[in-house]
Amino acid sequence: MDFFKNLFSPEILRAITDFSQSALFIAQGSGYTVALIALAMLLGLILGLPLSTITVYGPGWLKKLTGLYVWFFRGVPILVLMFLIYFGFFDLIESFYFKLFEERLVLTPFKAAVLSLGLASAAYQSQIFKGAILSVQSGQLKAALALGFSKKRAIIHVILPQALRISIPAWSNEYSILLKDSAIAYVLGTMEIMARTRFMASTTFAHIRFYLFAGLLYFVLTWLGVKLLAVLDKKVRIPGLAHDVFRAED
Amino acid sequence: MTEPRPLLEVSRVTRVIDGKKILDDVSLSLNKGDLKVVIGPSGGGKSTLLQCVNFLQVPNQGDVFLDGVSAREMSRHNINLFRQKIGMIFQDFNLFDHLSARDNVAIALRKVKGQKKAKAYQRAMEELDRVGLADKADLYPSQLSGGQKQRVSLARALAMDPMVMLLDEPTSALDPELIGEVLNVIAQLSYSGMTMLMVTHQIGFARHLTKEIIFMEAGRVVETGPPELLEGGPGGGRAAEFCAKLAEVTGR
Repeated sequence: MDFFKNLFSPEILRAITDFSQSALFIAQGSGYTVALIALAMLLGLILGLPLSTITVYGPGWLKKLTGLYVWFFRGVPILVLMFLIYFGFFDLIESFYFKLFEERLVLTPFKAAVLSLGLASAAYQSQIFKGAILSVQSGQLKAALALGFSKKRAIIHVILPQALRISIPAWSNEYSILLKDSAIAYVLGTMEIMARTRFMASTTFAHIRFYLFAGLLYFVLTWLGVKLLAVLDKKVRIPGLAHDVFRAED
Repeated sequence: MTEPRPLLEVSRVTRVIDGKKILDDVSLSLNKGDLKVVIGPSGGGKSTLLQCVNFLQVPNQGDVFLDGVSAREMSRHNINLFRQKIGMIFQDFNLFDHLSARDNVAIALRKVKGQKKAKAYQRAMEELDRVGLADKADLYPSQLSGGQKQRVSLARALAMDPMVMLLDEPTSALDPELIGEVLNVIAQLSYSGMTMLMVTHQIGFARHLTKEIIFMEAGRVVETGPPELLEGGPGGGRAAEFCAKLAEVTGR
């Protein structure tokens, strides 16, 4: 009986409500995290698609430029990129090279985080799309040209619709990686999951329970996103095109 | 009476890839309604010739004229307009995998000719009906047999109202059972007056339909003549020899 009395003692109840309040505070950071990753993935898509198309079909000098882009953004750690962009990478360009901006360009932490993650993701996504473009049978481009399509329109109407479908599984992989990279954005002071968790953990010293909770949140967000993309993959799958695997009988 | 101006004229086309002459000074011409058949061993430049006709490969020398219009001249402005008027059929069909049979036929009408969806679909159905596939309009390429795929690709080319059709071994990737249905469509086309240049190994078929066989080897037109050219016998030319070898293999 004492045990139950203790279980519902005011101290424990308060601790539970305290935790649930803190947990709520952390969980509300999911909104920031989701917005951050959604915008970064979108930026990566918008930049990555033309990057990959140029890498495959572009003229040599442009290919070199896209190669340079991919080389740079895959080579620099996200953390370094965030500091570079947040602490005036653009200021540097502005003050030493051009005089593009009248005022100093100040990025909010959130914008800087979106920009860093998006620019880096564009490099990775361009490689996903490149592989997908190359896996579309090249005769289809030839057939489209023979019908009178310009190369650009053939790529837009024939190649990319197929390449994008092929990219979804790899894209969902990129999502799950970028989602966890987004945790680094706490260093800039974005109020996403990780920043809130660190705040709670360091004020209450209850590190384990808060970090476990944050881990759980990331786990759920990953699962949800991957699930969503799997549904999309199924929805846009080309009928009859085999996705089945040959299984040898033992 | 003067000869009518040929509808399609290939004039002294040479194509060099990596220092190797794939096509060496090839000339030929087709009048309206002609079906000419190109035969010859692999690597002889037959496919390259067809791709040079619509400038999918740009000849290093020479030019192609369609109804008197120079492809080289067009390629300085808009080669796509030139290509629109030439239908092309490939050995491995090259259908657009992400589109249904109907959309495969309609997409160029919509995106190249700028037709409204309803109009393009109506035309697509007419063409699919012509090749006997109206009931397969909603199926995707991977749900069709090889013969059906090739017929869809014929419908796709015909929907653009081409002046000339180029056929690059249209039956080579097909099961023997499925070759007939494709050849039937091609024969129908020829009877209806379509001008066609066809690369094929279907010698028997070629013999019945064409008035002129063009035998190519090592990038050159070696022999040109009526189908009797292929009849063997002592003193037969290179084409007859080639056909005799084909007959040995097929037993015909």
